[in-house]
Amino acid sequence: MSIDLGMPSSGVAFVPHLPDGATPLGRKDFTSDQDVRWCPGCGDYAILAAMQGFLPELGLRRENIVFISGIGCSSRFPYYLDTYGMHSIHGRAPTFATGLATAREDLSVWVITGDGDSLSIGGNHLIHALRRNVNIKILLFNNEIYGLTKGQYSPTSRAGTVSKSSPLGSLDTPFTPVSVALGAEATFVARTMDSDRKHLTEVLHAAARHRGAALVEIYQNCPIFNDGAFDVLKDKDQAAARILWLQDGEEVAAGDHVAVRADDGSIQIVPRATASPTRIVRHSIDTEHPSSAFALSRLTSDGTLAHVPMGVFRQISRPTYDDMVRGQVSAAVDAGGGPATDADLAGLLAGRDTWTVSG
Amino acid sequence: MSKPVQQLERVVIRFAGDSGDGMQLTGDRFTSDAAFHGNDLSTLPNFPAEIRAPQGTIHGVSSFQLHIADHDVLTPGDSPDVLVAMNPAALKANLADLPRGATIIVDTDEFNRRNLAKVGYAVSPLDDGSLESYHVHALPLTSITVDALAEHALTRKDKERAKNMFALGLLSWLYTRPTSTTERFIKTKFAKKPDLLAANVAALRAGFNYGETTEDFAHTYQVSAASMPEGTYRNITGNVALSYGLVAAAHRAGLRLVLGSYPITPASDILHVLSGLKRFGVTTLQAEDEIAGVGIAIGASFGGALGVTTTSGPGLALKAEAIGLAVSLELPLVVVNVQRGGPSTGLPTKTEQADLLQALFGRNGESPVAVIAPASPTDCFDAAIEACRIATAYRTPVILLSDGYLANGSEPWKVPGTSDLPDLTVTFTTEPNGVDADGNPQFQPFLRDPETLARPWAIPGTPGLEHRIGGIEKADITGNISYDPDNHELMTALRAGKIAKIADTIPDLVVDDPDGDARVLMIGWGSTYGPIRQAARSARLTGHHVATTHLRHLNPFPHNTAEVLRRYERVIMPEMNLGQCAMLLRAAYLVDVQSHTAVRGLPFKASELAEVIRTTVDGLEATK
Repeated sequence: MSIDLGMPSSGVAFVPHLPDGATPLGRKDFTSDQDVRWCPGCGDYAILAAMQGFLPELGLRRENIVFISGIGCSSRFPYYLDTYGMHSIHGRAPTFATGLATAREDLSVWVITGDGDSLSIGGNHLIHALRRNVNIKILLFNNEIYGLTKGQYSPTSRAGTVSKSSPLGSLDTPFTPVSVALGAEATFVARTMDSDRKHLTEVLHAAARHRGAALVEIYQNCPIFNDGAFDVLKDKDQAAARILWLQDGEEVAAGDHVAVRADDGSIQIVPRATASPTRIVRHSIDTEHPSSAFALSRLTSDGTLAHVPMGVFRQISRPTYDDMVRGQVSAAVDAGGGPATDADLAGLLAGRDTWTVSG
Repeated sequence: MSKPVQQLERVVIRFAGDSGDGMQLTGDRFTSDAAFHGNDLSTLPNFPAEIRAPQGTIHGVSSFQLHIADHDVLTPGDSPDVLVAMNPAALKANLADLPRGATIIVDTDEFNRRNLAKVGYAVSPLDDGSLESYHVHALPLTSITVDALAEHALTRKDKERAKNMFALGLLSWLYTRPTSTTERFIKTKFAKKPDLLAANVAALRAGFNYGETTEDFAHTYQVSAASMPEGTYRNITGNVALSYGLVAAAHRAGLRLVLGSYPITPASDILHVLSGLKRFGVTTLQAEDEIAGVGIAIGASFGGALGVTTTSGPGLALKAEAIGLAVSLELPLVVVNVQRGGPSTGLPTKTEQADLLQALFGRNGESPVAVIAPASPTDCFDAAIEACRIATAYRTPVILLSDGYLANGSEPWKVPGTSDLPDLTVTFTTEPNGVDADGNPQFQPFLRDPETLARPWAIPGTPGLEHRIGGIEKADITGNISYDPDNHELMTALRAGKIAKIADTIPDLVVDDPDGDARVLMIGWGSTYGPIRQAARSARLTGHHVATTHLRHLNPFPHNTAEVLRRYERVIMPEMNLGQCAMLLRAAYLVDVQSHTAVRGLPFKASELAEVIRTTVDGLEATK
């Protein structure tokens, strides 16, 4: 059965906005009365500040915004935002968010998670939320280390990471979160960085506008256990050569280098002078086939950060799970003549095969 | 030339065959006919976990037992009076349960050398005299069916598959039941397959006519309608009743029902039933795993829906951490655990009551939840409503402990009127309930109702009540994160006290002691209700006075539990575990509750429990 939902196009299509002429909300309206307790220098501060600046720009009613987190340093995030929030259990935030977003189309639901929370203990929920395309926005703070448990290697730690639990170097092959998300049929996948407030805010806007599951990987510095992991991307000169700013319809390039398609299906970064013009990669976020986005995501898989795509890898339109679930229910309710009455319930309980006992 | 009719008060019939022989369907149909006829009844399906075990083997035997009577029935019957065995494996697997003198109907076509060898019969038991204590009707059911369908354009295999309808027709004749209700059923089921429709109806009628014409059966039997209270009745299984209870509760609460569930035997039918009830606003999400199922339910409850998750024992283990979160969040949550044999995968299709302690204590920390258990398949409806009442009124997880026997067993149900159902109206908090240090209105998410100790349920979308909840310990009243020692002590006591307060709104234990002078009490919980009541009746017939009572609420216990237990010189508790509830009662009330336990994957036989009662009563009399 196909259901014509008149598919909404925005991630906040059914979320009540502030009325015209209302005093716009500001950063303070989204700041809770709780003291922020991350370590000095933690990248989470910058992300929180960006979020508190970004939320008023959405123009939504504050009470219709919900943040749900799992466990880890990043998962304290909801306590610091004066919205509705739930600090849940390790790895499971997408499940609570799925239940809430499906039950309530009038909410803007955000999941805050880290690399351990989302990719280790919660890997299963992450991939299923993405494939279902539930209208939730998942912000994955990736610092490539376990912070709250004090410094063990994580599923995104580079191979050979020396940590408390891997004194001779970690042996695990790390995940590239963007590759995982693309493999999990995600409809929106992006990457940004804690220290780049402007880009971070742009990506958050794009994620909020997307109707469906959005996975935003945010490179985030842990000053205590993995300090400087992304420093080469924060140094202006180095960044210019390393960061490939993804723009829809534009060539993928950094400095005098450009991305080209290789014969084996991968994307290579070569000096522009040597690049065959027919092979230069022009970024397209809404190409149905994910292979180009996936090839871009592999550029960081060696952990060297030599060439790092930043921005929206992929954004395609696909019906969301929660819209379709609600569509099936409302179609059935409408077909039954509106919300079930006592008589409808009586009919259900009696069924079709009754007999009567009389006195 | 109709044959003489013999009146029976009751009969227990067991249909047994290969998993693919359609025994569950045959049993179901006979049940429906009996219900329609006005008999009281109780059923016990028993099937292997394998969908299609190797044909003709003991592993593949599936059976369906039903007990029909002209009086009220409490159990599916201890042992069958009639066994229909479609092959040697079905005979071998069930023979030990038959009393001498029972009737056996076998399909001789299946008693060939190959099938006999598969189950280790060197000589056919039909020929070696080993069945001489039984009334054996050896009939070539398969070939008669195929012959009866000679005119039908079907493959031989399809014709053979109709043999279960032939057997049903024969039994319908034997117990003087019209075949019309089953014919109606076949017409609906095979509406789109006219060939199969015609063949099944023909096989059913052929079976009926065969009984009438053959010399094999001297007379037919009649079990008259039972006298039951006035009303409209239907037959219903525990899982369907439980599903309807959830829907009825959500309807009466004015809440949307959201089910998060992962398929698991024997709970999956609840997911199936609820998935078909979207018309009632029911949202069902088949989750990626058990944990996601409960997470979805909790997320929905946070949003103001009635969040429910359904599972069986292994799934409850996986959900433990999330249930603990719901204890901490203090949100409504109904967790249905249809218990099966454990540990680990255990006996997926068999019944057990061994998850009681898991339900009560299977989480980290002091993590109290309400626990209730239905007593019978039809009580699954009321118990589900009660679970929803407690969950919403006290903002707490409630674990509803059904079991495999209740889930698949069925009995007649007097359909309740919707106005008789309790009003479960829920009020969400919409205004600030306190003031901050400066005297400004403030929402205090953990400021409790003094009656119930429940905290306010303020859902996202409510302006001015924005707040954060989580699994870290919260300060009393404000709900802010708190690591303060005294606060943790207080919050732990409040959470426990809230569950204890539920006892103020549950009925006292009711004792059944018709003689009024019993010195022995048999107490049960969950699905042991039927066997215990039946056992007591039968013990009383031999002059053994006994009282019975039944726990529906396992946490908290009813207020008068201690008083009832202390009233008797002996207290016996039968359980399908190693004595879990007995341990709780002993610990709570210092009463010497004696356990009688069995973990055979099957309900207790009433005769076994009657014997326990007699031994105990006799022992007590001897010491007088």
